[in-house]
Amino acid sequence: MSPATAPEMVIGLEIHVQLQTASKMFCGCAVTFGAPPNTLICPVCLGLPGALPVPNCRALELGLRTAVALGCRIAPRSHFHRKNYYYPDLPKNYQISQYQYMDHPPLGVDGWLEFTVDGAQRAVRIRRVHLEEDTGKLIHVERDGVVTHTRVDYNRSGVPLMEIVTQPDLRSPAEAREFLVALRALLQYLEVSSGRMEEGTMRVDANVSLRAPDGSFGTRTEVKNMNSLRAVERALAFEAARQAEVLAGGGAVVQETRHWDERRQITFASRTKEEAEDYRYFPEPDLPPIVVDEAWVEAVRTTLPELPAQKRARYVHTLGLSSYDAELIVRQPRLAAFFEEALAAYPHAKTLANWLTGDVAGILNAEGKEIDEVALRPETLVAMLRLIDEGRISGRIAKELLPELVLTGGDPAALVAKRDLEQISDAADLQRLVDRVIADHPEPAEEFRRGKERALAFLVGQVMRETRGRANPELVNRLLRERLRG
Amino acid sequence: MSPAQLPVADLLLRLRRRQVAPSELLAACLARIEALDGTLRAFLYVHGEAARAEARRWDQAYARGEQVPPLAGIPVAVKDVIATRGVPTTCGSRILEGWRPPYEATVMTRLREAGAILLGKTNTDEFAMGSSTENSAFGPTRNPWDPERVPGGSSGGSAAAVAAGMAPCALGTDTGGSIRQPAGLCGIVGLKPTYGRVSRYGLVAYGSSLDQIGPLTRTVEDAALLLQVLAGHDPRDATSADVPVPDYGEALRAGIAGLRVGIAREGLDEGLQPGVRAAILQAVQALAELGAGLEEVTLPTIEYALPTYYLVATAEASSNLARYDGVRYGLRVEASEIVAMFSRTREAGFGPEVKRRIMLGTYALSAGFYEAFYLKAQRARTLVRRDFERAFERVDLVLLPTSPTVAFRLGERVADPLQMYLADIFTIPVNLAGLPGISVPCGFSEGLPVGLQLVGRPFDEPTVLRAAAAYQEATDWHLQRPPLAEAGAGGPAGGGRG
Repeated sequence: MSPATAPEMVIGLEIHVQLQTASKMFCGCAVTFGAPPNTLICPVCLGLPGALPVPNCRALELGLRTAVALGCRIAPRSHFHRKNYYYPDLPKNYQISQYQYMDHPPLGVDGWLEFTVDGAQRAVRIRRVHLEEDTGKLIHVERDGVVTHTRVDYNRSGVPLMEIVTQPDLRSPAEAREFLVALRALLQYLEVSSGRMEEGTMRVDANVSLRAPDGSFGTRTEVKNMNSLRAVERALAFEAARQAEVLAGGGAVVQETRHWDERRQITFASRTKEEAEDYRYFPEPDLPPIVVDEAWVEAVRTTLPELPAQKRARYVHTLGLSSYDAELIVRQPRLAAFFEEALAAYPHAKTLANWLTGDVAGILNAEGKEIDEVALRPETLVAMLRLIDEGRISGRIAKELLPELVLTGGDPAALVAKRDLEQISDAADLQRLVDRVIADHPEPAEEFRRGKERALAFLVGQVMRETRGRANPELVNRLLRERLRG
Repeated sequence: MSPAQLPVADLLLRLRRRQVAPSELLAACLARIEALDGTLRAFLYVHGEAARAEARRWDQAYARGEQVPPLAGIPVAVKDVIATRGVPTTCGSRILEGWRPPYEATVMTRLREAGAILLGKTNTDEFAMGSSTENSAFGPTRNPWDPERVPGGSSGGSAAAVAAGMAPCALGTDTGGSIRQPAGLCGIVGLKPTYGRVSRYGLVAYGSSLDQIGPLTRTVEDAALLLQVLAGHDPRDATSADVPVPDYGEALRAGIAGLRVGIAREGLDEGLQPGVRAAILQAVQALAELGAGLEEVTLPTIEYALPTYYLVATAEASSNLARYDGVRYGLRVEASEIVAMFSRTREAGFGPEVKRRIMLGTYALSAGFYEAFYLKAQRARTLVRRDFERAFERVDLVLLPTSPTVAFRLGERVADPLQMYLADIFTIPVNLAGLPGISVPCGFSEGLPVGLQLVGRPFDEPTVLRAAAAYQEATDWHLQRPPLAEAGAGGPAGGGRG
């Protein structure tokens, strides 16, 4: 199928974000990743008869902060609801969530988020932001590949979740990915969530359909079980291709839930019941409405940190970064924090940005790590840049030192001394070397004298080689020119 | 007379004067339980040993003349829908048989800190769903005034225990009348506080927006004593009200003169048993003589209260009872896969009335029916509340019968749920409006007690108690004792040590 006639993808996302709170949504149990099963539980999150939920104010605050940052309208009065369904990981057999109907708005509605795809600005409308509690976790015990029984760990039961639902405004897997990167950055700047898909603190479900060339919407499927940004991109691409193939073969797309199989790199239909589930939502009688007055919203608004769009603008207009570099840094809040910390000690934004988005990023990518997962500290990078500025090492030497500084850390000056890499900037020392190189290579010397500029580079290279890169290249350059033209 | 038959206020006096020791009081209660409960079946569990140990502790405290908390040494019977740590809490259901909660209800903490002793857990309609205690999976409780009759419900066990003098006081819960109606049918005092006045934490939920814990006692003064301990904001219950708790004992002394009492016209409509009507009218007369200003008020939407209640309460119940699935506690009927285990467990564990209400509630919340049923019921609920608000613009209290009839015979209404539901016609509107209501004994019909209900403004328990106390002061209905209780009292309790 040629791109001209290809149906357009229509993607909407539902993102569940685990909120960074010390305790659960409706009880005082701690929220900790990886604790032994059923050690973070109490009568409330176990749904014992008679136990009652009490809302976590911090979770409300974080939800509100997100809704405000996404430009949502904040409901002055919103309700929790019960979503009723039977599942063994759900101790009460209902989930406390926020449902949207009639006079019951969720916490925030009608927001938007801007992001960049291939250098172009895009915006996705946010349909709603609401709060809910997480479920427990089923652990299937297998013997010889057959599930013999299932255990339930309720540590996660009642962990605060925020659900963010977009309008179907995304048009490609790459857009979906870039939107998620921007959303994750926002959540991290807001200190609302770590947003790590691999750890499940950000979980993404996608609604995917194809729009026919005549503009009519196709039937959508819901894709689940995507555990990384890359998985989202691949699963959506696969699903679009699958739907296109079904349609091309004269078939019809079935509205269903499909799971992404990471190993096989396909989506497959999960077994579902014949009829649609009726969750019998109704207002949670154990919880009073959430009342958010204008003053609270204003207080949240005025205490928001600098948001990505503002930060990007400042980097470009005040710090003079290219919009490309600015975007690269801003989309990674931890890198931005590193950048700003370094900038405070070393006010050369462009130099810092060049190193961070260039060589440092290269090392991080190769290692598959983030800036806060390696040994490099802002002051280490600054110390290294100062050695360059002081002429004690060359840029080339710095690049040579960088991997060790990034991965194992240490004092750049000490490392330079240890590896005997200090730049030779003593004119007398270099003069002798320059003279020897000219003597050893009369032909290039002669060529340069006759005006062949490129021949000089060869001679400089020879001096650098002799000094294992330690010679000050500018000085070598000057000395060679003086000698050959003199 | 056995000390178990005395009001709490009298007992506290005697305990302080060392006329009776907590252990003796407890032994008297246990002796009367031993003597009478084979017939009445008010208790599902008697907390004998642990209670004795606690009583001995208070023996010493009183003997040494220590400063003791307000209910030190008073045995309390507790309806079995309230979570008691380590003590079986069945809710009158097979599905929770043998479950011992690892935590306790806030009211239990408060009682414990006030020095009260858990005497035992009392019988109840399964999950408090019923008006006769016949829906208990462990057999019905009988009315001490006539063992062929029901004690009312769902707190029938608590009401019978107090009426028969097996416990000086008890806790019940009231979702649609479950404290007031059995109190009325057993000739004792039952108080349902304002919704939010007493913490629901640890009360196994039936209809969450209606449920409220309250005392069943012999006197209004005792109800005030217990409410003083139970009432107050609880950070564990988001629906509990952060409203200051007044001194209820102080309120009792104010008398009724000057209070305006609204006689609800709908309360005296046809459908009321003649004997009940006569007793109510006599009570109205007595209130007038005491100096209350009487007025007729009208609650026109009261006729919608019953259907409204059976939508709201059942909708909430259908969700509240979903957790009994065999996974974590209580009964489990094994099956080869999880959904079958859920349904077999629930099929075996719930009785017919619970299943009926779960089905009603599930239906009321289902897609396509939600607006017609649940939402409309919420609107009707608002109208019922407004009826009371309008009445309270003119009067301080609204007077209604507690129940349209005296205690009915066991089995009489089991086959006819709608007839059974009518038993709560005058109590249900009060729950829908979230108001405080009390039932006090106001006479007899066919030899069976009749209850008078007084309803107050939100959090105005002081006025409710004040009027009820004044009425009780002037009458002696509450001093009458069931013949069975008198007959059974003699021997074992006489010595004071059982």
